Amino acid sequence: MINYTAIFHALRPEASLVVGALVVLGLDLWLGRGRTEGQRLRLSSLVGLLAVAAAICASLGAGSSGEVVDGVLILDSLGLATRVGVLGLTGLTLLLAPGTSRVRNPAELVAIILFATSGFTLMAVAQQLLLAFLALELASLSLYILAGFDKSRPASAEAALKYFLLGGVSAAFMLFGFSLLYGLTGSLVLPEIARAIAVNEQSTLLMVALVMILVAFGFKAAAAPFHLWAPDVYQGAPTISAALIASASKLAGFVLFVRLLWSGLLPAAGSVATFDSVPGWLPVVAGLAGLSLFLGNFVALAQSNVRRLLAYSAIAHAGALLLGVMAAGVAGPGPLFYYAATYGLATVGAFGVIAVVEQAGGCQSLSDLAGLHRRSPLLAACLLIFILSLAGIPPLAGFFGKFAVFAAALKVGGLGGPLGWLTLAAIFLSAIGLYYYLLILKQALVLGPAADRGKISVPANAGLALILAAGLIVALGLFPSVVLGLF
Amino acid sequence: MNALPCTVYVSLVGALLALIAGGRSATAARWIALITATVGWLITLGAAADFVPGPGLQTLVNVAWIPELGVRYHLAADGISLTLLVLTGLAATAGILFSWNIEERVGEFFALFLTLIAGVYGVFLSADIFVFFVFYEIAIVPKYFLIASWGSTNREYGAMKLVLYSFAGSALVLAGVLWAYAANGGQSFALSDLAAAGANFTAGQQIGMFALIFLGFAVLAGMFPFHTWAPTGHVAAPTAASMLLAGVVMKLGAYGCLRVAMPLFPAGLEFWQPTIAWLAIIGIIYAGFVALVQEDFKFVIGYSSVSHMGFVLLGLAAANTQAVSGAVLQMFSHGVIAGLLFAVVGRMVYDRTHTRKFSDLRGIPLHRLLPFAALTFVLGGLASMGMPGFSGFPAELTILIGTWKTSPVWATFAAGGILVAAAFTLRAIQVSFFGTTDHSGPAATAGAHGHEHDYAPITWPERTGAMLLIAATIYIGLKPDVLLEWIVPALQSPLFQTILKGGAS
Repeated sequence: MINYTAIFHALRPEASLVVGALVVLGLDLWLGRGRTEGQRLRLSSLVGLLAVAAAICASLGAGSSGEVVDGVLILDSLGLATRVGVLGLTGLTLLLAPGTSRVRNPAELVAIILFATSGFTLMAVAQQLLLAFLALELASLSLYILAGFDKSRPASAEAALKYFLLGGVSAAFMLFGFSLLYGLTGSLVLPEIARAIAVNEQSTLLMVALVMILVAFGFKAAAAPFHLWAPDVYQGAPTISAALIASASKLAGFVLFVRLLWSGLLPAAGSVATFDSVPGWLPVVAGLAGLSLFLGNFVALAQSNVRRLLAYSAIAHAGALLLGVMAAGVAGPGPLFYYAATYGLATVGAFGVIAVVEQAGGCQSLSDLAGLHRRSPLLAACLLIFILSLAGIPPLAGFFGKFAVFAAALKVGGLGGPLGWLTLAAIFLSAIGLYYYLLILKQALVLGPAADRGKISVPANAGLALILAAGLIVALGLFPSVVLGLF
Repeated sequence: MNALPCTVYVSLVGALLALIAGGRSATAARWIALITATVGWLITLGAAADFVPGPGLQTLVNVAWIPELGVRYHLAADGISLTLLVLTGLAATAGILFSWNIEERVGEFFALFLTLIAGVYGVFLSADIFVFFVFYEIAIVPKYFLIASWGSTNREYGAMKLVLYSFAGSALVLAGVLWAYAANGGQSFALSDLAAAGANFTAGQQIGMFALIFLGFAVLAGMFPFHTWAPTGHVAAPTAASMLLAGVVMKLGAYGCLRVAMPLFPAGLEFWQPTIAWLAIIGIIYAGFVALVQEDFKFVIGYSSVSHMGFVLLGLAAANTQAVSGAVLQMFSHGVIAGLLFAVVGRMVYDRTHTRKFSDLRGIPLHRLLPFAALTFVLGGLASMGMPGFSGFPAELTILIGTWKTSPVWATFAAGGILVAAAFTLRAIQVSFFGTTDHSGPAATAGAHGHEHDYAPITWPERTGAMLLIAATIYIGLKPDVLLEWIVPALQSPLFQTILKGGAS
């Protein structure tokens, strides 16, 4: 007997988002006629923000009450925190949109952002393979459209096509992996899969399934060597879309895979705590992490385009987040969640600054940021906070995220195994990271503006979003226990 | 005493106020900065007045901060930290007096300067390694912007090099600290807890952890061969930043070695002791010789800092009560003297003559044109050479006597470094201020005559700042006991006694 009330109760956040999206589209049809695109975008964003606010209330209302419908959904503290986290990041993105993005179909933009977000919130609580796949695809398909939303620029179309083709391939890999898992274990629900794997002996097929799933994971996380889409998408997609792809989508993806790997595939984890490593998915994830850390940090050094630089830095951060994934078995998902959420905040903020600068005459090359402290002190101050948080400088949240993840990773096996040494490498590579982050800040805060660049007027809503994000980064940095204590 | 944590908060509030005021009035920002720094200094002096020397750290604040990681916001002080806190207050106040002529982005300059100071105060007050590290990193970033935005020669290169060396050093420290924390079960970052756990680490672990943490801090203290950031960075920096970087921030490194690396890992210290001592000695002599052949006035001071910090590291490596107390005294002494010398070179001379080349300065009769600058530099130079009556003398003498007790060979080589220091200081004094004025080259003569009456007189902030620093070095030179009475009891704490061998105080 299916308890429909429980399902509805658990899925109210998604319902609010979908209803919100429909209202946005309807209102735009009704009121949008004869108005400018700017006005329509303002209206749509406002409705979208209301829907996000309703979804946050609904998530808090749904709480963390445990499994729903035979374990298809799991409402736990991680799911709740992730829902609120992705909704908050989406809210910031929506708040940034009016005045910083010029699109031909504003209502559709907001509606698709809301659809993508409902995918993210579902990913946060999915505990069954089919639902996980559907949620991931709902989010991904929306993101492909968002990446190509700027129909006036070929770069946007190129970004969308690359993202879509690679994303489609990875979805196929994942689905194949899932079907193998189902065939092997006879179940779709993660805890039961774990039980089935534990009693059966490890088969080659299981390893094939693992590899398939990890390929998809690597793509979603933009981990090397599956990172190739990231620089092009960050560069070509409309800034607002890039902000969403880089923040909320990352957070939801990492949470989904942490759940999948640790609660569904725990018996096949293997070990990286010692050097005579046990085969399983942990050694593979360790490889992805190491490759991402090195490739991301070193290639970022050579970038002259600020978005591509952020993309390679995102790859490096994906490596550090993968350390958090590996440590989650011992330390729980707290450090990983904190890192991913605060990283998302800083990224949304950085893209927000880029979006505002973009409206005042383009923002692709690093030198487009030159003299930002003269052109707009507010933007420069916010950018300083976002970039320093990404670089991991205390007392900003990015530092505590890194610290918590590294401490958790070192607690697993000390320096007795690959994980410990990867962590040491990650610590040293953060010094390289500081170099390219300082290159951004040098342009923004040290150099003077180019002669033809005037003052930038920041739209009030975007200013509010940036101040909110910066304030949150400082506050979560000073009081990291607010988040870390949830788990 | 209990007001000491306010030094951090006052500096941060002052930074914010200076930033806000700077948008409207440069003068207001300057005064806010000066008042903030003075208040911070007075707090440290007030704490010094009612300070009762004793072994061990006296806790000032201790509250839970991040219980999930076992981090406590624990601030404490003993005689060693108090010495360095007083130095910080003095250097900060003098630094602001010597940057009175900053005209560009004044508010931002002083905001960054005061943030840096807040970080430095915080490091000297921390008794929890996590808090220590947080303040340590807070002190890193402002350095980049201070140098890159307001600096001189090759500033962007110098700033980036300095900051990356500092940050790479702090990454080593972070790695070592996390390793120790994880090996201890991940319960606490408190110095005392980790020291207690240190006994359980194997010798191999201790050697590794000590190497990471000591090297990380020693990079910031300018240990050979990782010192190259110091001259380029300090030369590129604006005067106040040079004063503070060479005077106080380099001490953060030495302080970290003394406070964190050495007491936590006794076996590590024992293993690395000869290596550190020889690197320190090479640093003393090598940097001295390099200073001897510099053509840029500021580079002489930059390399002399490296040479003098070598004495600090040598004192630490000798690891007996006398040598270590001498090292702390030398930290104070060098902080004052380096500030003084950088102030003369960067502010009094360079801002007026717009050259630091000895070949140009040789032709300018600076001792007649800027008698106050000449007098200040001669006094500073004498102090730097270690003349009796100035703070450099008791400091270096204590270090040498202490080192002799550990190893006469080390002491002999280091004493040779003092001769080199005398040589490069005398050369700098001679060439820059008392160069030939009658038979100089044509170009230099023309420059000199063209500028003869252009030099603005020494202003009151410069005089005040110089007086403060000179008074401090003479006072400590005549009465080093004032500081030694704080430092020596602090070294009697059980934490230090496990690593310090012998050496009557």
